[in-house]
Amino acid sequence: MTHYFDTSDLEDFPNIGEFALDSGKKFFDYYGAATGAGKLTDREKALIALAVAVTQNCPYCIDAYTTKCLSLGVSSEEMMEAVHTGAAMMAGVTLAHSTQMRKIIKKKEM
Amino acid sequence: MDCREQLDILQNIGDCPAFAERIEDTIRSPLRAAAVDILQLNIGKRCNLLCKHCHVGAGPHRTEAMSRLVLEQCLAIAGDSGISTIDVTGGSPEMNPHLEWFLDEAAMLNRRLMVRSNCAILLEEGYERFIDIYAANRVEIVTSLPDWREQKTDAMRGRGIFAKILEAMKRLNRRGYGAAGSGLILDIVHNPAGAYLPGSQDSLEHEYRLRLAQDHSVSFNSLYCITNIPIGRYLEFLIRSGNYSDYIRDLCGAYNPAAVERVMCKTTLSVGWDGTLYDCDFNQMLDLPVDHGAPNSVFDFDLELLRNRPIVVNNHCYGCVAGAGSSCQGTITA
Repeated sequence: MTHYFDTSDLEDFPNIGEFALDSGKKFFDYYGAATGAGKLTDREKALIALAVAVTQNCPYCIDAYTTKCLSLGVSSEEMMEAVHTGAAMMAGVTLAHSTQMRKIIKKKEM
Repeated sequence: MDCREQLDILQNIGDCPAFAERIEDTIRSPLRAAAVDILQLNIGKRCNLLCKHCHVGAGPHRTEAMSRLVLEQCLAIAGDSGISTIDVTGGSPEMNPHLEWFLDEAAMLNRRLMVRSNCAILLEEGYERFIDIYAANRVEIVTSLPDWREQKTDAMRGRGIFAKILEAMKRLNRRGYGAAGSGLILDIVHNPAGAYLPGSQDSLEHEYRLRLAQDHSVSFNSLYCITNIPIGRYLEFLIRSGNYSDYIRDLCGAYNPAAVERVMCKTTLSVGWDGTLYDCDFNQMLDLPVDHGAPNSVFDFDLELLRNRPIVVNNHCYGCVAGAGSSCQGTITA
């Protein structure tokens, strides 16, 4: 293995159930149900998935959901708004965790 | 790029098996037609537009046009052979000088009659009259609108074309096209504006309906998603942009066995401007006529030999069975 991430690895996604077929099938059933259109449209779900993919730094998911958004007619501006929402959430999550830090500081300092 | 060059490129499909092998694996036999239900006539390659995704390579510089003799033969075939649909395409069909006469004759056959119009031409001098001609003959109009956003459509079809198509659609709406209960059908074709497959037809139809109504007060009946087949100018775009290998991999990866039995070539026969028969309009542009012993000219038309003919396939056919499948009538699986 010369490198960790390879574009063509995305094609291997359907095989991630290997060595645990039953669990793999359950995952894919769940994945299909959770990401398919429901009360939310498939456009809305694709944008949510894209934002999560970017915040979690998953190159496969970013590739898959950027392409899915394009296929569904989501504009570049809409996609970027979703990314900013994810980025703001990540910033908020980080800053919210400073609460623990601030509490400890206040407790320990004289 | 000529046909031979395109076919050579299409042999480069990486690890993916050749389409003919994939079909044999799926249905344990070669792909065969099941009927001749739709007669699709490509009546010429001349067009007022020069679209970047055009698989025909149509444009103002093209001169090929179906003659009246070939059109008369097509009418005779449609009248005698139980064909349900006459689907006229191009180029811009309106630029064939025989179109008006042909539609008047074809309408008398009481078949479903469709014209694939770019609609922008309906604003041009000398062609406005086709709105009335279409309505009088109850012609279904299918128009390509790659996107509901001006910038994306213009990027594919040329600057200012989106506005022209929308204006023509408004005029068609005023004539009754796209209005519930009028019986005058105005459908839209969506092609992806780039190197990716179309998304859900239902979702895109919903989005188009909403945006076109809100932003332009335009209505239509149905939206068809058509996958861009990697031939013609679209193939040139894929190669030029470095997307060819990824696109072919996407098509092969999205192979849908359920779509195989519903591909349009099973019920469609495509006629070229000179009367040559093809299994589809894409084969026509690759110069792959009907073969395997079936007659390949309208002047040798033989329904018995054609309705069960083996289909001529090549690797571009992956485009019709990827994802939800694709045809000139949109997706082919639920």
